[in-house]
Amino acid sequence: MNVMQPIDRIRGGVHENERHESGHKHVTGTAEYIDDIPEPAGTLHAYLGLSQRAHAQILSIDFEAVKSAPGVIGVLTADDITGENDVSPAHKHDDPVFATDKVEFHGQPIFAVIAETRDEARRAAAKVKIEYRDLPHVTDVLEAAAANYPLVIDPLKLERGDIASGFAKAKNILEGEMRIGGQDHFYLEGHISFAIPGEDDEILLYSSTQHPSETQHMVGQVLGVASNAVTINVRRMGGAFGGKETQANLFAAVAALAAKKYRRAVKIRPDRDDDMTATGKRHDFHVGYKVGFDDDGRIEAVDATFSARCGFSADLSGPVTDRALFHADNCYFYPHVRLRSRPLKTNTVSNTAFRGFGGPQGMVGGERMIEDVAYALGKDPLDIRKLNFYGGEGRNLTPYHQTVEDNIIGRIIEELETSCDYAARRADVLAFNRKSSVIKRGIALTPVKFGISFTKTEYNQAGALVHVYADGSIHLNHGGTEMGQGLYTKIAQVVADEFQVDLNRIKVTATTTGKVPNTSATAASSGTDLNGMAAANAAQQIKARLVAFAAERWSVSESDVAFEPNTIRIGAERIAFSDFIKIAYGSRIQLSAAGFYKTPKIHWNRSEGRGRPFFYYAYGASCSEVSVDTLTGEYQVDRSDVLHDVGKSLNPALDIGQVEGAFVQGMGWLTTEELWWDAKGRLRTHAPSTYKIPLASDRPRIFNVKLAEWSVNREDTIRRSKAVGEPPFMLPISVLEAISMAAASVAEYRIAPRLDAPATPERVLLAIERLRRAARNG
Amino acid sequence: MTVQMRSSIRFLLNHRLVELSAVSAVQTLLDFLRIDRNLRGTKEGCAEGDCGACTVLVGRLLDGRLKYESVNACIRFVGSLDGCHIVTVDSLAVPGGPLHPVQQAMVDTHASQCGFCTPGFVMSLYGLWMENPKPSVTEIEKALQGNLCRCTGYAAIIRAAEAVSVIGDLDKDPLVAERATIIQKLEALKDGKRVEIGEGSERFLLPASVDDLAEIYEAEPKARIVAGSTDVGLWVTKFMRDIAPVVHLSHLDELRRITVDETGIAFGAGVSYTESFPLISKHFPQLIELWNRIGGQQVRNMGTIGGNIANGSPIGDTPPALIALSASVVLRKGRVNRTVPLESFFIEYGKQDRQPGEFVEAVRIPFLNEKARYAVYKITKRLDEDISAVCGAFRLTIDGNGKVSDAVIAFGGMAGTPKRADNVEAALIGAEWTEATIEIAMDALGKDYTPLTDWRASADYRLLVAKNLLRRFYLEIEGDEPVRLDRKQAG
Repeated sequence: MNVMQPIDRIRGGVHENERHESGHKHVTGTAEYIDDIPEPAGTLHAYLGLSQRAHAQILSIDFEAVKSAPGVIGVLTADDITGENDVSPAHKHDDPVFATDKVEFHGQPIFAVIAETRDEARRAAAKVKIEYRDLPHVTDVLEAAAANYPLVIDPLKLERGDIASGFAKAKNILEGEMRIGGQDHFYLEGHISFAIPGEDDEILLYSSTQHPSETQHMVGQVLGVASNAVTINVRRMGGAFGGKETQANLFAAVAALAAKKYRRAVKIRPDRDDDMTATGKRHDFHVGYKVGFDDDGRIEAVDATFSARCGFSADLSGPVTDRALFHADNCYFYPHVRLRSRPLKTNTVSNTAFRGFGGPQGMVGGERMIEDVAYALGKDPLDIRKLNFYGGEGRNLTPYHQTVEDNIIGRIIEELETSCDYAARRADVLAFNRKSSVIKRGIALTPVKFGISFTKTEYNQAGALVHVYADGSIHLNHGGTEMGQGLYTKIAQVVADEFQVDLNRIKVTATTTGKVPNTSATAASSGTDLNGMAAANAAQQIKARLVAFAAERWSVSESDVAFEPNTIRIGAERIAFSDFIKIAYGSRIQLSAAGFYKTPKIHWNRSEGRGRPFFYYAYGASCSEVSVDTLTGEYQVDRSDVLHDVGKSLNPALDIGQVEGAFVQGMGWLTTEELWWDAKGRLRTHAPSTYKIPLASDRPRIFNVKLAEWSVNREDTIRRSKAVGEPPFMLPISVLEAISMAAASVAEYRIAPRLDAPATPERVLLAIERLRRAARNG
Repeated sequence: MTVQMRSSIRFLLNHRLVELSAVSAVQTLLDFLRIDRNLRGTKEGCAEGDCGACTVLVGRLLDGRLKYESVNACIRFVGSLDGCHIVTVDSLAVPGGPLHPVQQAMVDTHASQCGFCTPGFVMSLYGLWMENPKPSVTEIEKALQGNLCRCTGYAAIIRAAEAVSVIGDLDKDPLVAERATIIQKLEALKDGKRVEIGEGSERFLLPASVDDLAEIYEAEPKARIVAGSTDVGLWVTKFMRDIAPVVHLSHLDELRRITVDETGIAFGAGVSYTESFPLISKHFPQLIELWNRIGGQQVRNMGTIGGNIANGSPIGDTPPALIALSASVVLRKGRVNRTVPLESFFIEYGKQDRQPGEFVEAVRIPFLNEKARYAVYKITKRLDEDISAVCGAFRLTIDGNGKVSDAVIAFGGMAGTPKRADNVEAALIGAEWTEATIEIAMDALGKDYTPLTDWRASADYRLLVAKNLLRRFYLEIEGDEPVRLDRKQAG
């Protein structure tokens, strides 16, 4: 037996800049995505046939040309569904797999062709002849309201104080409205499912899903079999961002149906254009607001309504519009407040989860009110922000009656303001604009406070499975899915830290419903918080058994047994981890455990609009400076500085990557990413040729991203870290406001610019023209 | 004329010679790699040449020199690759061996997150490294214009690109060290034969020469000539159109020649944007920005000026700029050439002045008169790799008396074809070169164009911005302050 000398620390523990566990596979093209899995002989391919109308009765469908096309095996319609024709995650029965007598948006799936090759299935699907009778359609949210379209789900109202007296007291009141565009996820790997039929009612699926348990449930529901017959595997996704939280279910269900019907493996992968046409996106919002404030800019009362384009079904629109309301306050205390949601039905694809989950739209609305107040008073919006931050006696209660207990926005803003030299640069911008008539600059510094936890309390639970094999290698499995965020890496770091072994001893295996059941979506930024704790719990169970065993075998007290780097110390003796495990195995110690975690403290009563929906908040701030060409509306982000709070980071390198990536993605949402429907209700920006996400050359010319290294989560989260997926997505609100400022300069900053999002060059130029006219007339 | 025939295509795929006699005209390189060859490192992101997940390198010979360029495998037809060397991500590192320096740099800088776009970035950066071992940030961004990443925000990828030369030694790279051998292998594949493969909807031809091309096309005027396939590729991948018989011309060295004389430059129809760039930037520095903003690097490596013109898009990347330069098109049918002014080549939407069997052989661009003022402005939603909402090109001469003696102004995105602004020109010619004149000319623009509203821009914006571009042109000549964004190098 080796007697080990103690070493300082393990390689790849927590708080280290560990590389992504698949990095070397990503760069060599050997990281396996679902379309890369070798297909069993006889694999068939499915392709969806989509509605060519925005709203219509289906009078007849002629499949003759489809069925006689080369390679076609068959066609699936609603008639082939052995269970329920529904994949509604809200259990509203409003989300058919295949439309039957009526289509409710352009791009809605009606049937699937099954053929020997994908190309044959796709070409055959285009040969269908469908007779429609058009019905009136509505794609725009305000038109939907005007046409008395229904709500897809019950709205939410958050109310605190008394807005009537608040407005009565306010010296100044202003009202406004804003439009905020939606966003396509543009995950680089599109939707895909691959089904392999098994014995009896069993089926195995590889699905690019963020929510394997729901996909399992939905496939079972559509097939008419219990969940125990369905296994969902997902090793990794090529990006998801919320777009694969519910939207993967339909593809999985179709592949499963076909696989069971034809008793062959079936793969389904839509073309990018069809993926963008047939799957949901970020909700577009219209925000109508009224804000009362005093002469300093201190807000007295807020009344705002957030109307969302939800599309034809509920999907996740309820919690998405709820989260918009939860973030309409951002970092600000509203003494009297009423916030209402209007989740409106429209004849568009059903909108869904997308990084931030409605929060960004709520926050943009809240920040627009701040901006308006500042322009009304002729002040720097940052001064208005500081005046209204949560903090101080009686000023910590959110509109949903949760007390903000962990507020660090003051320190973040102060540090960023100093490090980016905000005051001097703002003065420079103002001076530049006085001299320059065509090119104008703008600068803005905006904060973020984002609530962490699923607002649906039952989702705040997680499981993990850890095996220590007799050779000392460790197998780790948990309910979270890897979509690029580095979840597998971080959880492995946690387990390495628990056992005090080098990271390379741990293998994280593909997420599967067969190993960890009843998991929640990897969403709401919660992946590491939940699964990290569950994995730590599993490791701790094994460790407890090992400690008890060692204490007994070596006749020491349990407190004399310690996990030291790659070593177990028992009293004065040190034994290599793998040697110790061999002994434990030989002594019949159980070396496997299922871990579990549920988030404490949280509760939420939706009907009363009261509770503590969030375990804690993550904070951040950014300052952006832009140049705008007032002849064309073109702009450039000259510089962005970010200071972001991830608590005590589990992996600073990965967290910086999340912050940088979220910033650029959020900037795209607010600038160049525009969804455009034509008069027939067809989305015409359904491919990267027409839908413009940021490129390398769009990122800020100077981009300084820092983590608030001093921050430690005051709540007991995994190693005191904080969630990072969504919060930084809202940092680039500073870009939108900086562009607004540059536009406002043409009217000497006297008129609130009220630039809608996305601020495409067209919107910017038209806002500039409007401001010029207003300045001339007023 | 007698030509010798061959009924297969031959190319190097990574380290192996591949010969194919059963290949369809519409077989894309990406599907060939992934499905036929089971090389699945190369990914499909969009199937339209915009995202770059499918980026591979294609080495092509010209006059004994072998250059590797990034291309989009999704819209590249296998039939066009005769005599080329295709390098995919799968070949860069042997399993278990060290990573390629580009790959190692990407890993070290945390430049992959979901990893799906990553092989494409690796190949684009590899192509850049071979041409430019120590690129500036601006050069890196240019090389990556055709690669979309949705996760990282690009900062880490730029850091990786900067680190490659620190990690690796270019001289030891196999494609550099073994260049002479590879050239020999590729030269051996050039036999000057006409290739014809397949029947019906699968048939395609590789003419033996330009004369052979002329003969084939005169005999089969319904054939589809394909140069870079940056547009025709989408007819197949997006619209599932039958395009056979296809006649490729990208392998014809004769069409890749560039001739410069004292009057101007003539680009063969097979000259890519990338190949034309050195001479364009030398003689027409006003076109540098436009050229750098056409598609992404992969599209510029594949796409040709000739194809851009022959295809007759209402927007057109180059036509407005070239019309304003009074460029002309050399058309050929059989043995007969004729030259037409570019502006009259475009007749109306979808219709060009081209006879059946007649093809674009070359594009001639005359040099600018020394006194002429010339500018081109491309307006897009996103700066790079975006199709113009409006593209305005202005050429104007001011005489000794401060009057406009000559004006040629053309816009793309404002009508069914790239079109001259006759009323604007009339308002300018003979008038004093003053702001007042510009305002009159701006008003006249409304008479020249009735633009459409679509997803790229509204009619109102198009008209407004077109007018403002005229003002920009004036201010750029006469004003004393910057009127365009200073496209700063990122730091």
